[in-house]
Amino acid sequence: MMTVFNIILYSLFAILVGLIFLGIGRKVAARVHLRYGPPFYQSIIDVIKLMSRESITHNFVMDLGMVMALTGLIGTMLYIPIAGHIAFESNTNIIVIMYLMAIGHLGMAMAVSASGNPYANIGVSRALTMMLGYEVPFFTVMLGLIIYNQSSSVMVINLAQAGSIWNWNIWQMPIGFIAAEMALQAMMGEKPFDAMIAPAEIASGPMVELSGRYLGLGFLTKAVGVFVETALIVNFFFGGGTSVITFVIKQLEVFLIAVIFDNIFPRYKIEQAVKFLWIFPMGLAVIQLILLAI
Amino acid sequence: MFNINSLEQQDNQDKLWDKVINYFRKRSLWMLHYCTGCGAMELPPVMTSRWDMERFGIGPMATPRQADILLITGYSSVRTMKRIIRTYEQMPEPKWVLAFGSCTVNGGMYWDSYNVINNLGEYIPVDITIAGCMPRPEAILDSMLKLMDMIQAGEAKAFRKYKENYAYYKANQDRLFMERGPVLESAALRYVHEETEGGEA
Repeated sequence: MMTVFNIILYSLFAILVGLIFLGIGRKVAARVHLRYGPPFYQSIIDVIKLMSRESITHNFVMDLGMVMALTGLIGTMLYIPIAGHIAFESNTNIIVIMYLMAIGHLGMAMAVSASGNPYANIGVSRALTMMLGYEVPFFTVMLGLIIYNQSSSVMVINLAQAGSIWNWNIWQMPIGFIAAEMALQAMMGEKPFDAMIAPAEIASGPMVELSGRYLGLGFLTKAVGVFVETALIVNFFFGGGTSVITFVIKQLEVFLIAVIFDNIFPRYKIEQAVKFLWIFPMGLAVIQLILLAI
Repeated sequence: MFNINSLEQQDNQDKLWDKVINYFRKRSLWMLHYCTGCGAMELPPVMTSRWDMERFGIGPMATPRQADILLITGYSSVRTMKRIIRTYEQMPEPKWVLAFGSCTVNGGMYWDSYNVINNLGEYIPVDITIAGCMPRPEAILDSMLKLMDMIQAGEAKAFRKYKENYAYYKANQDRLFMERGPVLESAALRYVHEETEGGEA
């Protein structure tokens, strides 16, 4: 019973924090554009409005896929420690996280391909190609972390960095951090790696056929995704946090760096993006691995 | 012409829940701008740093499935009317239409053109019309704010009018498309027709 309660609490927390992050991201983007910007709770308003709208479904697979995308990411989130609190204790978190993170994208791919819209299919194929691009360098950096700490538990990596700010992995393996940050930019679908969304080109790609509460679920998936990805970076490189508040503030910093990069870069084509990801972040990750081995 | 009674009955059924949800609807309006005529140039100042409509939660969207507002700028020809009607019918409810510019009210400077419609409100239900040629960007922002007030008060219900009086709108649309067939073909027919008429006289 306690576990069920924990799961509900953790997922609500992740959704709320993710949505507020998205709202703050829009506000910061507006300030970069010299605009006033929407209020920070705008994303919550958007989701409530979308949930109350008429929704057009195409078939059963579309319903299933949207729910699968959200639950996949929430499942990932449950294995990530948030300032020492974790829903499921596990000794091999990283392996589980590596597997579960893909489910979100696959569920989204299943749902929007079922709609049969050609723009959605182009967007999904681009998103999955991009996934191939960023997972290789990101997982190589993770491998470095596993070798360095002799453990595949996020909690152990987290505790190894405790004590001083100089124990953080960002100082121990700075090259790996830069590689992970580049991969994170692609993972969150921010520019220059937003070829799968591309509103002016393929009409917002995977979301083209989603309406009402399907788009609302898409927003929630995006919010939990932002939470998961920033939480991973904070746990791996910024030493987690002593309390939930410091943890969330560190997450917000990681997210805002991504948002600012998002606003000052143009867009790569998909093959350029994958080539970039496989050369530069991958090269940096491999250099980091070699340095760790020496 | 319009079935007023049943609309009023529906209005009376609005509950407290609708008033709460109306707040969220008015604070998050996503707009699909259909700018085939003139007037596309008035939108960028409204979206970007000069007047910044994202302050009110209004933003541009890429597809009709995601959009709440359909903004039609300037004149719409018969050909684009078909696309406008399809776009409008693809949007999920609740949905609102803003008609922008004199051309959508009475045809404007194209009032006697052979391939431009005069009154958009005959073919799809329009919530707010913005008169002027061209209206200033402030007028767009003002109409959005007016629409937000109307949504909160529960007055913006033109999409229900479309459902209640579908026969009226469908008849108008059919008449429009029947009158004006393919341009080249009809021109050829008229030429033949005038020639035979002239010959008899």
